Amino acid sequence: MEAAVQPGADEGQALQEALSRAVEEKIPLEIIGGGSKRFYGRRARGEPFHVAGHRGVVDYEPTELVVTARAGTPLQELEALLEAHGQMLAFEPPHFGETATLGGAIACGLSGPRRPYAGAARDFVLGVEYLNGKAERLHCGGRVMKNVAGYDVSRLMVGALGTLGVLLRVSLKVVPRPARELTLVLQTVPQDAIDQMNRWAGRPLPLSAACYADDQLYVRLSGTERGVRAARRSIGGDELPSGDRFWRDLREQRLAFFAGDAPLWRVSVPPAAPPASLSGAWLLDWGGAQRWLRGEQPVAAVREAAAAVGGHATLFRGGDRRGDVFHPLAPGLLALHRRLKRAFDPRGLLNPDRLCAPAPPAGGARD
Amino acid sequence: MNQPLSSDTDRRTQTQRLAGLFRRFMPRDGVLVDAEDLRPYECDGLSAYRRVPMMVLLPETVEQVQQALEVCSAERVPVVARGAGTGLSGGALPREDAVLLSLARFNRIVHIDPMNRVARVQPGVRNLAISEAAAPYGLYYAPDPSSQIACSIGGNVAENAGGVHCLKYGLTVHNLLEIKVITIEGEALTIGGQGLDAPGYDLLAVLTGSEGMLAVIVEVTVKLLPKPERAQVILAAFDRIEQAGNAVAAVIGAGIIPAGLEMMDNPAIRAAEDFVHAGYPTGAAAILLCELDGTDEEVSELIAQVRQLLVDHGASAVRAAKDDAERQRLWAGRKAAFPAVGRISPDYYCMDGTIPRAQLAHVLKRIGEMSAEYRLPVANVFHAGDGNLHPLILYDANVPGELERTEEFGGRILELCVEVGGTITGEHGVGVEKINQMCVQFREPELVQFHALKAAFDPRGLLNPGKAIPTLARCAEFGAMHVHGGKLPFPDIERF
Ligand SMILES: Cc1cc2nc3c(=O)[nH]c(=O)nc-3n(C[C@H](O)[C@H](O)[C@H](O)COP(=O)(O)OP(=O)(O)OC[C@H]3O[C@@H](n4cnc5c(N)ncnc54)[C@H](O)[C@@H]3O)c2cc1C
Repeated sequence: MEAAVQPGADEGQALQEALSRAVEEKIPLEIIGGGSKRFYGRRARGEPFHVAGHRGVVDYEPTELVVTARAGTPLQELEALLEAHGQMLAFEPPHFGETATLGGAIACGLSGPRRPYAGAARDFVLGVEYLNGKAERLHCGGRVMKNVAGYDVSRLMVGALGTLGVLLRVSLKVVPRPARELTLVLQTVPQDAIDQMNRWAGRPLPLSAACYADDQLYVRLSGTERGVRAARRSIGGDELPSGDRFWRDLREQRLAFFAGDAPLWRVSVPPAAPPASLSGAWLLDWGGAQRWLRGEQPVAAVREAAAAVGGHATLFRGGDRRGDVFHPLAPGLLALHRRLKRAFDPRGLLNPDRLCAPAPPAGGARD
Repeated sequence: MNQPLSSDTDRRTQTQRLAGLFRRFMPRDGVLVDAEDLRPYECDGLSAYRRVPMMVLLPETVEQVQQALEVCSAERVPVVARGAGTGLSGGALPREDAVLLSLARFNRIVHIDPMNRVARVQPGVRNLAISEAAAPYGLYYAPDPSSQIACSIGGNVAENAGGVHCLKYGLTVHNLLEIKVITIEGEALTIGGQGLDAPGYDLLAVLTGSEGMLAVIVEVTVKLLPKPERAQVILAAFDRIEQAGNAVAAVIGAGIIPAGLEMMDNPAIRAAEDFVHAGYPTGAAAILLCELDGTDEEVSELIAQVRQLLVDHGASAVRAAKDDAERQRLWAGRKAAFPAVGRISPDYYCMDGTIPRAQLAHVLKRIGEMSAEYRLPVANVFHAGDGNLHPLILYDANVPGELERTEEFGGRILELCVEVGGTITGEHGVGVEKINQMCVQFREPELVQFHALKAAFDPRGLLNPGKAIPTLARCAEFGAMHVHGGKLPFPDIERF
């Protein structure tokens, strides 16, 4: 199959030179793609370092199920190209704005409603090209499905929020769009919804999303025409005609639940965990594994509730962006994170503080 | 132990002294130092490389692993972890100056949680045992390496093992939730979590496939999937290999992701058929095995579609398994391909490169040419769906010079894989075997970055030294050798 490429702009060298200068002068940088997910994570310190100009799909062969694009490529553009070839990004990355770039999506490592059934952003990353904190231009992984040569630095970059390197290029596994998709709605209460979603997931049904919002259980089925029809019979409920829009609005946090300024918590737990006794409004996505909570609950209470069932809680939006936005790491893990940060970015210049709080003054590298 | 020892006597004294330290907390029969006890551990599945370890430790509890590593760390003794020893790249190859830490006694399934669809197991549990334990709940563990009756889940994590079903269900890395590891300092860390993700860096991905270089895995939580309602396999025969390659592209291009899509060439077909009588057409140049799974309705629809695609792309015969017994038989031939080849040749050497699928015909042609050049026959087994090649080079180690010729031939196959945009290893790992080819796949600053990552976990380099990532000195030597022999075809190729 012909490789499809999009015009773009190769600014890799310019970025490397700019980073080199910053490294020489020890200037901390805030890496900015489209700026659509700037709200996420801890507040970064540093001079703005814009990377969106480095854009364009460099290689796409649909029968290989692999696309390689520069990190500044707008997510919209990339998804449109894939759609034109009957394919998609299976992890349904949230955009949170029209300016969203591929690099930002991978650096944040966020995934949409299909995640529990298809996999997360990290599951589809095959290789990356990046600049480390010494401004060296490095490759890792590749553009083949299976590759165990060297440590998996490509996946390490996913969700690292740019603290380990500036992404320049990403190769992703893509998947065919399902022939048929259908959304069903059922009325139920939270505990039953959790049970139901997990019982379905334990059966061979073509599930591709399951969410509980406003006393309603939403289920998406994806597959062949007859496969979806048969699964529909066994699940029941009513068809939601505008199913696509519902899942997109959920992914983009445009449902009424997400409106307003109250802090938004993302609570990641084993999917069948019982509903937490914390007050506040809840929306359960990912078949119960990703739970959104709105309200001014004390940070410690949310963290305890998540940890009690083996999960963790992220202050996704709002609240104190200089505090512990992410669930605090055990001391041994935190120390390892700091050593890793130093291994990739010895001077601590890339998105300092965005992922972890700075180490105490005597402790060396800041992150 | 890093200081050179002046004599065998010194070495023995040192070994006895260390054994004494370990015996303070290890099980009575868990410290092996006698030559005949050590011999079974001298190699893994890559038996061309053998070394007797200084001693073998067989701990039974996590605390014993912790204490053992604390001693090794304090005494500066290198440690090689070992699961079931089925690895094909010499990852668990011992060292004379190192402790071999076997996880074989960690063989308990700790907990199966059918509602959350996870299994928590000890690292020495065999891959297949997980699916067997999950079967009563209608669940299974998807990654199914052909060695699944023997290999351990800890070894699977350390190698990021794949299997014939990973085209649709992913590799080990896609099917893990949490691991518990012990660092070389003896510190216990929990990596990942019981939910679908964890805060901080994705260390689960880094540890997966890290070949025992970063930490010792002492517990693994894997995802379980519902058993598909129905699975059916189609066998297609082709008169030319390129046709089979094109048929693979056509199936994927039609938007179908089969559960498995495997190819075998004629020598592999004949060897497998002689061995297990799977019913393969021994005259075909290549066969494809294409498995479709899902609900009953889905499978019926897909089987019809795939059958047509295969015929359209030149299959000379297409047959769908009529029942599960026939399906098992067709897969048995594929799963037994390595031992089958072992029957027709005194020795075989299994390669593991991955290539973009479009390069298949080109790569097979080049392998054929090299096979003639080196006068060594090759049988090809191929995870066609995801481009992972397993050329098996047939040789006889008793013929002087054949092993060396085989290794050189194998090295050139891997370099060919890199040349066409692929990688030197898809699932078997680098180990000691492909360490030179790492110098072809990665540039110096990339290797330096890997070493820096390693040092963040293991600053003194005590875990599995000499494996997985070559030193720069070694690459310099290898590069010089190659340029001297004039064999490195494209020293400056783009490696992305
Ligand atoms: C006939 C045959 C068929 C095979 N088919 C496949 C296949 O289809 N797919 C595939 O991927 N592989 C296959 N293999 C290779 C092998 O089975 C896998 O690599 C397997 O994952 C190794 O597991 P093991 O328990 O035997 O590990 P070992 O060989 O004991 O060790 C492998 C590596 O893991 C490290 N290690 C082991 N346990 C731990 C631990 N607990 N903590 C830290 N490090 C550890 C070791 O140090 C070593 O580097 C096959 C092998 C054979 C012999």
